[in-house]
Amino acid sequence: MNVLTDNFSTFGDGFLGTVELTVYASLLALVLGFLMASFRVAPVGSFRAFGTVWVAVLRNTPLTLLFFAVLLGLPRFGLVLPFKVFAVLALGCYTSAFICEALRSGINTVPKGQGEAARSLGMSFGQTLSMVVLPQAFRSVIAPVGSNLIALAKNSAIAGAFSVTELLGTYKTLNELGYNIIWTFVWIALGYLIITLAISAVFNILEKRWGVAR
Amino acid sequence: MAVDPLIELRDVNKYYGELHVLQDINLTVGKGEVVVVIGPSGSGKSTLCRTINRLETIQSGEIRLDGQPLPDEGKALARLRAEVGMVFQSFNLFAHKTVLQNVSLAQTKVRGRRKDEADQRSRELLERVGLATQAEKYPAQLSGGQQQRVAIARALAMDPKALLFDEPTSALDPEMINEVLEVMQQLARDGMTMVVVTHEMGFARSAANRVVFMSDGRVVEDRTPEDFFTHPESERARDFLSKILKH
Repeated sequence: MNVLTDNFSTFGDGFLGTVELTVYASLLALVLGFLMASFRVAPVGSFRAFGTVWVAVLRNTPLTLLFFAVLLGLPRFGLVLPFKVFAVLALGCYTSAFICEALRSGINTVPKGQGEAARSLGMSFGQTLSMVVLPQAFRSVIAPVGSNLIALAKNSAIAGAFSVTELLGTYKTLNELGYNIIWTFVWIALGYLIITLAISAVFNILEKRWGVAR
Repeated sequence: MAVDPLIELRDVNKYYGELHVLQDINLTVGKGEVVVVIGPSGSGKSTLCRTINRLETIQSGEIRLDGQPLPDEGKALARLRAEVGMVFQSFNLFAHKTVLQNVSLAQTKVRGRRKDEADQRSRELLERVGLATQAEKYPAQLSGGQQQRVAIARALAMDPKALLFDEPTSALDPEMINEVLEVMQQLARDGMTMVVVTHEMGFARSAANRVVFMSDGRVVEDRTPEDFFTHPESERARDFLSKILKH
């Protein structure tokens, strides 16, 4: 029990680190996922190809490998950033591939006639997508997008292996200090639960509010 | 009729893979004319209708609207589509928007009208199709006939030069067909240029200036309704009419 009370600031720093990684990487993943989903349904072939390659590469690369590629690879090309930023990049880009596919499956649930009606009124591709198709697609993808962000929160643990301060990494410090490893992990698990349950709660509210008001 | 041509199709051909769905189509629709396109299933009449605002692309030939060739994708095409309203078989009202928002959306986003201007125009049009009291409802709360009348109001809100109707009553219960046809009759009387793909022979007789009969991707007959219904020239048209006018 005193693992927690003795080391509240260590746990707190780790917890906040994970929250920070999760929030920034989620925002990046949502923005990129939205962009890539738009690319994948665009009328221009080269956009579609770019979206397809993006998803294929990022979704099929193990996340740890991606972390290595970003943290060790990018500095070789002269791009040197704090490790935390690199971690957000790796996590965000990786998850964006999954968000993209969730959004795209949502787009496919919207009847084709909705887009045709919008286009026949003279709306552009961008207007059709953003005002007619996506608002309807979002309703059916709230749950899978939530799952992807929960997965992101847990995946952020990998960043600890690259000396980014986050929740799971705190066990190394505490283990060296001789604390009971079982209790250390119990408190760490509880920390993750708080984050993932918070994400679930947000998405439950979104689903109640927006999920299919037909 | 020697009127100004509004819609012109010249030697239009379209294929779906091997299937030659539109074969050397030539058709002119004058300003203010009502042209009804009829024909058996799979004759290409819906496809023809959809090529006019380029929801379907064509492989060869030329389509002109008000003298201008139909543009490729992009802004020019969007501008042109705003000039040609379309009413679909399955209504295609935006499911997440109210009736009023359905009619106002493109007015503000495409025509650049202020929201209050657009809403006022929408209410006028809803009044005209007899649905002024339904403005705040969602499409799913309306009957099919009501939804289709909203769809007509939505198309009219862009002040189009012409309206295309792709089987507007085919998905409706029999008792709702008339309320939609009445709106269309009124539009025809008001001088709207219309291309109507339909199986409603009564509408063709009473409202059309010309009847175009299609079969197997070709225009087989293009004549006044009176001529067409009393003296069809082709064997194919006689056969078609005998099957649908028997009852």
